[in-house]
Amino acid sequence: MTPTLRIQSAPFDPAQEAARIENGRRDIGAIVSFTGLCRDEDATLAALELEHYPGMAEAEIARVAAEALSRWPLQALTIIHRHGRILPGEKIVLVIAAARHRGEAFAAAEFLMDYLKTRAPFWKKEHRADGSVGDWVAPKAKDDAAAQRWRE
Amino acid sequence: MKALYFAWVRERIGRAEEELSPPPEVGTVGELIAWLKTRDEGYALAFENAAVIRAAIDKAHARHDTAIAGAREIAFFPPMTGG
Repeated sequence: MTPTLRIQSAPFDPAQEAARIENGRRDIGAIVSFTGLCRDEDATLAALELEHYPGMAEAEIARVAAEALSRWPLQALTIIHRHGRILPGEKIVLVIAAARHRGEAFAAAEFLMDYLKTRAPFWKKEHRADGSVGDWVAPKAKDDAAAQRWRE
Repeated sequence: MKALYFAWVRERIGRAEEELSPPPEVGTVGELIAWLKTRDEGYALAFENAAVIRAAIDKAHARHDTAIAGAREIAFFPPMTGG
């Protein structure tokens, strides 16, 4: 099974991506789809600028996908991560995992998001609603903890 | 070797990439950071808290104790905040 892995500045449509996975198949029992969106932070955020490391971002997402495929018997896997300027309400990241049973699909999707957050080379910078350039988003300790639990 | 900088590391240093020729005694990622730190105020600021700096050699994550011998491309960046 070859996963669908994309890094792009263009928006994506989760429903269309899930439909592409189903596409007349009769062997899939569960599809778990996670979409991460840009929050407006109580209307203080105008946009997020997502910087990435071209080449490494693709390589790292492929490594994380391979790790998920070695842990769970997935029937299909799609990962899309956007870069560039993203407005509140827009989608940033998509993970879709398909498996025979829901447990595997849920676990793989959660694992993938935990790993992407801490390993994929993307950085968010805030642009504030008042026109000022904000800070680089700080990493959260709970994201590291979430990734760490898969190693135990 | 080619060095790449991202996010606030790039902003503090004031450039996105450059060619580096460290002296032979610089053997690891951590030693390269310590060497870069002495170049000017921008580098000193970028690497003031060296422990939080992440690195990649040839587009794969590398620890500070990783040897840099043979590296074609080395990148320095803050902890990642994608997803």
